[in-house]
Amino acid sequence: MRWIWIDRILELEHARRCVAIKNVSLAEEMVHDHFPAAGNRPATPVMPNTLIIEGMAQTAGILVGHANDFREKVILAKISRATFHDVARPGFCLRFEALIDRIDSNGASTSGSVTLLDPADDKQSKLADIELLFSHIDKNMSGLAFPEHNFVFGQQFKDVLRQSGFDSP
Amino acid sequence: MTVTQEEVFDKVRDVLVDALGADEEEIVSDAKLVSDLGAESIDFLDIVFRLEKAFGIKIEQGEMIPDNVLQDSQYIQDGKVTDTGMTELRARLPHADLDEFDASRDVEEFSDIFTVNTVVKFVQSKLGDQ
Repeated sequence: MRWIWIDRILELEHARRCVAIKNVSLAEEMVHDHFPAAGNRPATPVMPNTLIIEGMAQTAGILVGHANDFREKVILAKISRATFHDVARPGFCLRFEALIDRIDSNGASTSGSVTLLDPADDKQSKLADIELLFSHIDKNMSGLAFPEHNFVFGQQFKDVLRQSGFDSP
Repeated sequence: MTVTQEEVFDKVRDVLVDALGADEEEIVSDAKLVSDLGAESIDFLDIVFRLEKAFGIKIEQGEMIPDNVLQDSQYIQDGKVTDTGMTELRARLPHADLDEFDASRDVEEFSDIFTVNTVVKFVQSKLGDQ
């Protein structure tokens, strides 16, 4: 299974904003046991909120990495706030929009929203608000050695950028 | 417009509640950010970002918390801050009360100097500079 929770990047404004989408599919393993049938209750396949946060972390992480031309190793340091208003069922599309609130050599804070898009009637509704904090690990982990190469932005992220029509590092 | 100490305290309390997930009642003047409120190193970056937003100020790297004094061998000897180190800390941290720390100078206890009041005084000094 590929650990990538966005399908395509739609917009990428340098050091400001990134928009990505993900289609939730019934074929994905993550909905098979979340939640299974129990007693009289039928199975209720729903994308786990933790993975929706991961999708936002990947959207915002690419935005923060892109802001420094992918020279920094950007890791998610803290989920400052995550508020969910609805659930994401298979057959719906998630639209992640991440904005950089603040960035410096130590890291960045981002805020963002996740919108639920219903292909049946093109209706949109708010799914979640997610604020994250990212750290540039080479600046904040003095004494710890990390590989020279940028292992955070590996081939999978490069592929997503390239397939979405953006220059990849 | 002058901002009163009470107004600064109220906003700092909101920042710490959001950044540390602490209860409002826990945010008292002498509460220590690390040992009382559970702050971890990354929380300080979060706090700095939130203070900038809340007060419309710019905080340079290492301004609220000096980031290279305790790593410098000329300031530290056998886990204790040297005389030169204390002079440097006092110059870099005019907003902190270092008298209690001066008694032990133990590097392990350094984080205890960061109380809610330290943050309030730091913000007040920043607002006064504007």
